[in-house]
Formats: sequence, C-alpha cells, structure tokens
Amino acid sequence: MTIDNPQNFGSDRPSEASNFNINLAGRYKLDRIFESLTWIAVAIALLVLATLIIDVLADGLPRLSWDFLNNFPSRKPEQAGLKSALFGTIWVMSVVAAVSFPLGVGAGIFLEEFAGDNWLTRIIEININNLAGVPSIIYGLLGLQVFVRYMEPLTGGRSILSGGFTLALLILPIIIVSTREALRAVPDSLRLAGFALGANRWQVVREHVFPLAIPGILTGTILALSRAIGDTAPLITIGALTFISFLPEGLQSPFTVLPIQVFNWVSRPQREFHDNAAAGIIVLMVVLLLMNATAVFLRNRFQKKAS
Amino acid sequence: MIFNMKVKRLTLCGLAGVLATLTLAACSGGGGETSTSETTDASSEAASRSGGVDVQIDGSSTVFPISEAMAEEYQNDSGKRVTVGVSGSGGGFKKFCAGETDISNASRPIKESEVELCAENGIEYVEIPVAFDGVSVVVNQANDWATCLKPEELAMMWEPTAEGQITNWSQIRAEFPDVELGLYGPGTDSGTYDYFTDATTGEEGESRGDYTASEDDNVIVQGVQAEDGALGFFGYAYYEENKDTLKVVEIENSAGECVAPSSEVISDGSYNPLSRPIFFYVSKSALESNPAVKEFAEYQIDSANEELITEVGYVPLPDDILTKVQERLDTAKTGSIFEGGSSVGVKLSDKL
Repeated sequence: MTIDNPQNFGSDRPSEASNFNINLAGRYKLDRIFESLTWIAVAIALLVLATLIIDVLADGLPRLSWDFLNNFPSRKPEQAGLKSALFGTIWVMSVVAAVSFPLGVGAGIFLEEFAGDNWLTRIIEININNLAGVPSIIYGLLGLQVFVRYMEPLTGGRSILSGGFTLALLILPIIIVSTREALRAVPDSLRLAGFALGANRWQVVREHVFPLAIPGILTGTILALSRAIGDTAPLITIGALTFISFLPEGLQSPFTVLPIQVFNWVSRPQREFHDNAAAGIIVLMVVLLLMNATAVFLRNRFQKKAS
Repeated sequence: MIFNMKVKRLTLCGLAGVLATLTLAACSGGGGETSTSETTDASSEAASRSGGVDVQIDGSSTVFPISEAMAEEYQNDSGKRVTVGVSGSGGGFKKFCAGETDISNASRPIKESEVELCAENGIEYVEIPVAFDGVSVVVNQANDWATCLKPEELAMMWEPTAEGQITNWSQIRAEFPDVELGLYGPGTDSGTYDYFTDATTGEEGESRGDYTASEDDNVIVQGVQAEDGALGFFGYAYYEENKDTLKVVEIENSAGECVAPSSEVISDGSYNPLSRPIFFYVSKSALESNPAVKEFAEYQIDSANEELITEVGYVPLPDDILTKVQERLDTAKTGSIFEGGSSVGVKLSDKL
C-alpha cells in the first residue's frame, strides 16, 4: 500500500544492495536477545503479581469463611465481616455499568461514525483524552457538589446513586476512547459496501460496524469497570461510609464498598484486622474476576457470532 | 446478518430492562421517602435525608474505632441505625457545619475557621471529650541511649529549621552516640501530627519536611522496626499492639519526671504534654429533635461503656471529668472550651 510502484523498488538503489551485509547469524542473535528481553519483562510483571497474590492468600485465606461474608463490620476482628461492603460494591457497580456503558458507547459511536470532523468535535476529543488522565479525587469533588448537593432530591445525598454516578463519570473517558478505537479498527470497505447498497448510516453502524466492534468495546469496558471497582478516593470524598451494619434498601441508601473496608482494616493497629484486610482483598479480587468473566463470556459470544 | 440483528435486539432489550429496573428502584426509593416524612416527628427529616438512618456520624479516623464499637453495641441494644464515615477531622467538620451529619468526630478541637463556618450556617454544637490518647514516641529496639527525652529535644529534631541540619543523634545530646537519625511520622493532614508539632515545637502543623510521612501508622511502625537510628510517633493503640518489637521513649513532663505512656498516666494528666483528649461534636438541633442522637451521645460517655474504649486502644476519661462531660451534654452547653485554639496544655477538668 505504501509502495507506489513495486517495479521501482530496489532498482533505483543498486549500490546499496551491493553494500548490504547479510550477517544472518547476527540478525538471529538480535532477535533472540529481544525475545529474551520481552520474556524478562513478562517474568518481572508476573513475579511481582505472584508475590502479592501469594502474600495476600497466605494472610487472608485462613480468615475466609461464610461468617466473614455474612457478618457486618465489628470492633472484634474475629467477628468482623464485610457483608455491607460486598453488597455496596455490587449495587454501586451495577449502577456504574448501567450508566457508563450506554453513555460511553453511545458517545463513542457518535464521535466516530456520525460527527463530522470540525473544530467542535476536535475540542471534545481533546477534552475526553485529557479527562482520562484526571486524578480520581477530582471526580469525587465534582460528584460531591453535583450529585450529592445539587441533585440531592434525585440521588438522596450520600447514596449509592451518587457513588455510582461519580464512578461512571470517572470511567466514561476510558469507555469512549476504547469504543472509538474498536470502531476505527473495522475496515472502511465494510462501511462503503453498505453505503453502496443504499444503506443509511444508522443501518451500516447497526448491522455491520457495531457487531464487529463489540469485542473491542467490551475489552475497554472490562478495563474501565476494573478501575472503578477498586477506586476509593472519590467515594470517600462524596461521603461513602465506613461503618454501616445494614444492607442497602434502594438506590438512595447510604453505603460502603469493599476497598473502603479494606483500607480501614489495613490502617488499624491490631494485626488480626490486617488479616481481615487480606481476606477482604481476596473477596474483592473474586468479585472483580467474576465481573470480568461475564464480560469475557459476552465478548467471546459476540466474537463467534461476528465471524 | 439476521442472526446479528437478533443478538442486537437481545442486548437492546437487556439494556432497556436494566434501565427500567433502575428507574423503578429510584421511584420506589422516592416513595419510601415521602411515606417516612409524613410522620410529623422532626427526626424523620434526618431519616429522609439518607435512607432511614437514625444517627449519622462522620469525621476523624482516630476516633473511628470508638464510634464503631459504640455503634455496634448501641445498635444491638436499641435496634436504631447508626452509620460512621471517615473523612478526617477537617472533612467531618465541613459536612457537619453544612448540616449533613448529626455528630462529627475530631482528634483535635474545632478550629477558628470551622467555628465560623458552623456559625454562618446556624449550626450550634456541643463539644464532648470522649477519651484520651497518648501520642507515643518510639525508637528501634537497638536504641539503648534514648530512654527519656525532653519536649525541647523532640522540638530540636522536628522543628522546621532542623531540616537538613539535625541528622545525627549526637547533635541532640552530647552523650548520644554517632548514629544517623531517621524520622517517621504521620502525614501533615493528621490530627496526631498537628498535636505533636504543637506540643513540641510550639507551632501547630509546622515541622521539617524531610521525614518519612505516612497516612498509615503501620508504615511508621515498620520503618522504626527496620532502622537502628529511627524515631517515630503515633497514637497509643499502635504502640500497645507493637510493644514487643518497639521501644517506647519516656517523656519528661512539666514536673520534670520521666514518664512512659500507660493508661494511668495518660488519663491523670502526668503524661504531658503528649496526652491529648479526642472529641465528638453533636449538633444541638439534632440533639433536641432526634431522640436517637441524644441517646447515642449519652451512650458514648456512659461509664458502663468504658470497656469499649479500652478495648479499641484508648484511655477512658476519669470519673470527675466524665461527670462534667455528662452534665455538659445534659444542659446542651454549646461552644468550644478551646475557643478555636489547640488542646495542648489545657487541663480538661479545669475548663469543663
């Protein structure tokens, strides 16, 4: 594609060809060196991860039990559990997914497929890319003022809804950017073929482009939701609680989430609480893996359908 | 292609379903709210504010373990709902003075700026000391020279001008060995840091910048355990839990005696200047309109519940102060006894 006329290639530089040093052994050696370097990079990453996980499992596994999942927080480490935090996380993440997925994917489709290339869309694009790098606590401050204070009649103040909205805002840029990348990876020939057959833009996007892009979009969503589930700072800022011993009754209920509970236990002086924190991390990891497994399952289904 | 269309429809339906449940839940939540506010009791105002909570507490992470223990027991006894947040003493006052919480925990007295903020919003409060904490100064176990330090010597190590200058134990006292000094302390946002700097250097929140700061006191514990010449400070509970691996430094008090922190000396005031009261502030209007808030406030300073305070690593108030505090709550005496200043050098029994 980049070579305009293959016949010209090579013929205009005969002198270089004669100077060309084949040095096959050297080139293979370089190849191997690079390969081993990449392996070292993988090994280091895995080693760090394995150390962390083994450490957490060693501290936390003995503490994991049904009681631990089914008890409310307590001053007594052996009686303390994370029922309220677990339910809080599930509620909040449901809100986050329900809000951020349609909004993010919708915005991505609009910007990539429908919006023209003008100064307005370019400004929006720059802003979205910048927003992806804003520290999460800033979103917390925004959420506190907008969702907790201004929109109190709707959200009920320091509630699941406010927390979910705030985290949804936090991950929207990630979803939008990955949606756009996924759509951009769909070959233009597909769109042109659709237009040539008389389909309008909506039909082309809906029938051809979107189904092909869904696996990529879901991958981006997994990454985004994984960030949201572990984020503590914005939720503490909007006033999520630390001690709460009843379950949420609706979207306007006060709540706490797993990372806040873990953070609280880690900073306590008693060693038994530190073991609780490790067990809490395991639970958080399992929830995260379950959530991602669902998304991966969906993605694989779409991948099969699309091919 | 037809297949794809079906899949698409399914996802669309699923999405619509999720959204529908969302709105439904939101509607039902709203319904519940109006039904509670129909009751004429003023406490339902607080309840409708946040989904049926009777007592809302927020504030200092230092006081949190006490609130957690009290809330746990109080809920078992009364069936009322208590929630506790941890947004720090300052963050807690911001919410409290905006009328968003009933009780604000604080590891330091309310500051002048916060007094003004509360006054602006018409929030009156009752200041209740709930327990004592002894800021404990610890060193590595290999340290056999620093047994008793004067507050002035701590000031020498920590004051802003010491930055980059005081780096060796031999500079503190001539007979100390030539060992590098490593300093560990809580971050500058912490109430413990504010109190310690005030009590030693005399300037609240002013210290050298080149020390290892951590929001998590366990990190300070580990740091001091690992370095021979290390010195750190944190709340008494952290020292109690790590007694076996750390050495505590005695502090020379105003009477010239060397005192190591213990529950007796922290509560009788002889562990000065590093023994400090910790507080909770109750909104006067919540106290009057919401019986659960009053009940819970009384529960926290009931001498029958002193055990809970000991259990989480703090020192209960002695009986004479407790009586005065209970009287203060009964008469709903508003305002702060510290008048916006710090609690260093203030004798609670005289001021209350």
